[in-house]
Amino acid sequence: MKKIISGNEAIALSFGDSGGVFASGYPGTPSTETLEEVARLDEVYCEWAPNEKVALESVIGASIAGGRCLSTMKHVGVNVAADALMTLTYTGVNAGLILMVADDPGMHSSQNEQDSRNYARFAKVPMLDPADSQEAYDFVRAGFEISEQFDTPLMLRTTTRIAHAKGVVEQREKIKPVVGEWARNVPKYVMLPNFGKIKHGEVEERLLKLREFAETTPLNRVEMADTELGILTSGISYQHVREAYPNASVLKLGLVHPLPEKKIRAFAAKVRRFMIVEEMDAIFEEQVRAMGIRVDIGKDRISYCGEVSADIVRAALGDAVTGSAPPVADLPQRPPTFCPGCAHRGLFTILSKLKAFVSGDIGCYTLGALPPISAMHSCICMGASISAAHGMAKVNEIAGRTEKPVAVIGDSTFFHSGMTGLLSLAYNGGNALVVIMDNRTTGMTGGQENPGSGRVLQGEPARQVDIATLVKALGIDNVAEINTYDLAETEAAIRKGLETPGPYVLIDKNPCILRYRVKQSMLAVDLEKCSGCRACLKVTCVALGMVPAGDKMKVQIDPNICNGCGVCAQLCKFDAMSVVKG
Amino acid sequence: MKVFNIVIAGVGGQGVLLASRVLAESALACGMDVKQNEVHGMAQRGGSVISFVRIGERVYSPVVMPGSADILISFEPLEALRYVHYLKPGGKLVYNRATINPSTVASGMATYPPDVEERIGRACRDAHGIDALAIAKEAGNAKAVNMVMVGSVMKNLPIDAKVVEGVVREISRDKGAEVNLRALKGGAAA
Repeated sequence: MKKIISGNEAIALSFGDSGGVFASGYPGTPSTETLEEVARLDEVYCEWAPNEKVALESVIGASIAGGRCLSTMKHVGVNVAADALMTLTYTGVNAGLILMVADDPGMHSSQNEQDSRNYARFAKVPMLDPADSQEAYDFVRAGFEISEQFDTPLMLRTTTRIAHAKGVVEQREKIKPVVGEWARNVPKYVMLPNFGKIKHGEVEERLLKLREFAETTPLNRVEMADTELGILTSGISYQHVREAYPNASVLKLGLVHPLPEKKIRAFAAKVRRFMIVEEMDAIFEEQVRAMGIRVDIGKDRISYCGEVSADIVRAALGDAVTGSAPPVADLPQRPPTFCPGCAHRGLFTILSKLKAFVSGDIGCYTLGALPPISAMHSCICMGASISAAHGMAKVNEIAGRTEKPVAVIGDSTFFHSGMTGLLSLAYNGGNALVVIMDNRTTGMTGGQENPGSGRVLQGEPARQVDIATLVKALGIDNVAEINTYDLAETEAAIRKGLETPGPYVLIDKNPCILRYRVKQSMLAVDLEKCSGCRACLKVTCVALGMVPAGDKMKVQIDPNICNGCGVCAQLCKFDAMSVVKG
Repeated sequence: MKVFNIVIAGVGGQGVLLASRVLAESALACGMDVKQNEVHGMAQRGGSVISFVRIGERVYSPVVMPGSADILISFEPLEALRYVHYLKPGGKLVYNRATINPSTVASGMATYPPDVEERIGRACRDAHGIDALAIAKEAGNAKAVNMVMVGSVMKNLPIDAKVVEGVVREISRDKGAEVNLRALKGGAAA
């Protein structure tokens, strides 16, 4: 039966159909739905790990124990898992192991646009790059076969427009999972230097064998047509190439590492103009040029930044692009913002008022950086808020500055890699105020469970970690709970935390209103009392708006949108906002 | 058959993705190739959302290029104006007339353009505003705006209206099906 599903759904479905038994990952756009879909397959075990390194390590164990396994993460997650990956490539696998990584060219929802194909070269592992949902489905099965045949982890790489785009998929026959022996093999799985030296040699030999495989596998396909133009491409770029030039000859790679040198050389020789179309880095082009093959058009005409499109391919060849009027100018932007009723709004309203330096982290609260709140001054990567604040405080001390930085971090990010930063803060005698926004979900990625939510991926009850106890165990003496819906209380607590020398932790435990469907009585504005001063607007809530009232503009609250949190009302000096009864 | 390009625009939380799914599933049920694509993530927090549905005998890219949409369906007037350049010359625009303030307006940093509908009219000759929110409320749920919008364009799509109804019935939860079908019909009559 044909279905229309996303690349993420296709990978999950195929994992279940290809004998998969264990999957672990960490949420991250655009990879998240993959594991959520695996959870819907009854017979396959899967779980959220606290971070990507733990996920990959668990999957390594699953492979050693004989089960086909999958680890899912976004591109920056591989940085966290890289320690495991770089030695996993030496040990190889027992049962097939796939590391799925979703890249985000164009940075739709990411802090950078690193190209994961670099990791395949770096770790010397094979990588598959599907071009649509059907290939995403097919490449999981092919990936397990390659992983087991060549005794190697395999990277399955998608990009946003593969992971999230839906296309038609035909399901194949299901392979029943067969769990193999629990491998005991010290020279293979214990990477002491003496064993590691032997394994490194094997990795290089494996790469040579994979190069031969790349020459013959149907995963790499030549579509010979008009020989005036020949294009080497892969993944989503293939679709843009076909859209722009349906009659061109194309060498479409499914296996993007290692490259099939002979195949590329033969293809390039047959076409008059040889072009390479790849998003982000010049991974193919640098290697193809190093082979001594002439490249007529490549990264000199296609940017390293952002996504490729059919028009970008046409423009690179100097052909006409789709004509369009310019976008309408001067429209008010519509950036994402805190949901009406979100607990982050109160915290950032106060941080903005106090003009504190805020060392931020990855999550919904990163939106606190946007104007007019503008209360975040750095945000680097998962978990960096506390460790970066620690470094700032140390230099401030050296410079004789008295200001204490504030780190803001969510529950899931704290478990991911914020805990070690807090440990360092305590251990190294740091001086930062840390606010942990414990809304008991991994919010920005759509509300996934985590070790503090009390439930596992499938929704079953689980051991729930107590953050305050954990924080104390890490060596923090000053720990207090706050309620960020109460602005006066929050301001007093933050002032105290900033005035008290040394590490200080505040924990807000209000749940994510979106995930837990919290709805309180909404507010309304008394237009008689409203002076139109706009003080409340700074909270940046889309329920608020200005409407004409007499000869003035006054504030109105949209009853369809208001969640009744009352933060705006606390900024009103005229007591114009009140709860609507009923 | 040439590929038929649909762009659906709106605000996070308005159900743009479900409307896209209805159109994509319907196209598949009509035996056509289809690709559908939108961007999740940051867009869910009240941000601007854009989704593409491409239907044809063979569809390659999931992305609609600016200047190539046959039809633009916008769930909000400002978003109609934001994405009107996606339409090809002679392309059709159907938009919901009910406005939603963006955060930049709600925070007092910008003003919602008071002449948004006039500007839409100037940017597209074949533009039609409908009172989708009112129709959705009449159908029984203000959140059914997405189904009203799908209904409003059914006669312009290369998809059988009966198939769309079947898909809506299938993907709606028990009680929601009747409301959604009423919204679909209300949109078609608008």
